[in-house]
Amino acid sequence: MSAITLFVATRKGLWIYRSHDRAAWQVEGPQHYGCIVHHVVLDPRDRRTILAGVRTGHLGPTVQRSTDGGRTWQESPQPPAFAKGEPRGRAVDHVFWLTPGHASEPGVWYAGTSPQGLFRSSDGGMTWSALNGFNDHPDQKSWVGDDKDGTPDGPKLHSVLVDPRDARHLYLGMSSGGVFESKDRGETWKPLNSGVSIDVLPPLPDGKEYEFGHDPHCVQLHPKNPDRLWQQNHFGIYKLDRDKSERWERVGRAMPEEVGDRGFPIVLDPADPDSAWVFPMDATDVWPRVSPDGRPALFHTKDGGKSWQRQANGLPAEQAWWTVKRQAMCGDGERPVGLYLGTTSGEVWASRNAGESFECIGRHLPHIYSVTSAVEA
Amino acid sequence: MRVVFPTHLRSYTGGRAEVESQGATLADVLLDLDRRHPGVRFRVVDEQDRIRPHIKFFVGQELASTLDVPVGASDVLIVAAFSGG
Repeated sequence: MSAITLFVATRKGLWIYRSHDRAAWQVEGPQHYGCIVHHVVLDPRDRRTILAGVRTGHLGPTVQRSTDGGRTWQESPQPPAFAKGEPRGRAVDHVFWLTPGHASEPGVWYAGTSPQGLFRSSDGGMTWSALNGFNDHPDQKSWVGDDKDGTPDGPKLHSVLVDPRDARHLYLGMSSGGVFESKDRGETWKPLNSGVSIDVLPPLPDGKEYEFGHDPHCVQLHPKNPDRLWQQNHFGIYKLDRDKSERWERVGRAMPEEVGDRGFPIVLDPADPDSAWVFPMDATDVWPRVSPDGRPALFHTKDGGKSWQRQANGLPAEQAWWTVKRQAMCGDGERPVGLYLGTTSGEVWASRNAGESFECIGRHLPHIYSVTSAVEA
Repeated sequence: MRVVFPTHLRSYTGGRAEVESQGATLADVLLDLDRRHPGVRFRVVDEQDRIRPHIKFFVGQELASTLDVPVGASDVLIVAAFSGG
């Protein structure tokens, strides 16, 4: 099997876990000690370039780049930034999301920011420019709403997805805003939210649906069947088969009623488009956003969302009041697939058997924002 | 003039707490600092030329509210506010 690397990004720095057998793990870190690290991603095209979205509580946002396994870092000389003097006065607060570009476009990366902005680099993450087809779209302000529509630490643009069949075909998610699609490398965009509910808003007349303003927490595209999209939304788990429909199906309706289908992350099995994992949170009453009943568990579907099975072997059986954020759960490319999750309480949990059992491989870290897996060169 | 950096920014100055700079206004000084220490300006001033929320600039003894403040021969002190956690 391949050696696996986990980049564990936290509110106070980055830790890197490595294993040759997914049983014994060595940890290095912290890197960017004391800084808020939102997302760390290895470029699968060269398996060498690592980008990190970094800021501190005091200083502005930037992107850091490493090509030596995270031992040394170089700061982007031109990080993502809105145009000076732009009419809405937007300024990037933090770089929240990083996505390597299409395999045919080495060096291309996309970044999603808070507030919602989309940026592109053509030189491996060193310099960034705004994708004005999105950022300056005349409807963009309507799509994203106002300050009341954002998440508590700022509205996010996330889940930038590149169709492996076509470098021009992109998706993105916004909290808030919804899912949007571009077929021309980001020049033009249209919402893709039909069938997704916004439970708290008044129904529109004549059975019409809200076209945008939704809150996808995490959107995934299946690498083997790029027509299949999954999303964990603020209001449920959804699936969409683009070759059959333009309307999302709420497959979370099949989740146990006492658990519900609200959560942050969703992870796909790279070998099986019908297989996915979610990590539900408590969305009752005042929305505590912790594990329901203090009993953390993943739920796994093997049949495209028709049924979901609870997976919690090894996880705390009770009194565990953490959750897993949207970037903090991932899989690997091994068989059986490995699953990794980082908790808001600073623990890293790993499964090397597709979720049948979990072991805690890291404790006492800061609040974990992101866990990504990679196979380094 | 002399510019005094908080610990937060000393990765840009090779660990030095004080560096030399020049400029007629605070804006000029920050551009000069960014030439000498690339990237530092964007960490304290956003793309709309607003001073970031948790950053303060003192020109001499005076707190600067904008980047237009004349500097003269005064020292510039950059403070990362006491907020955080």
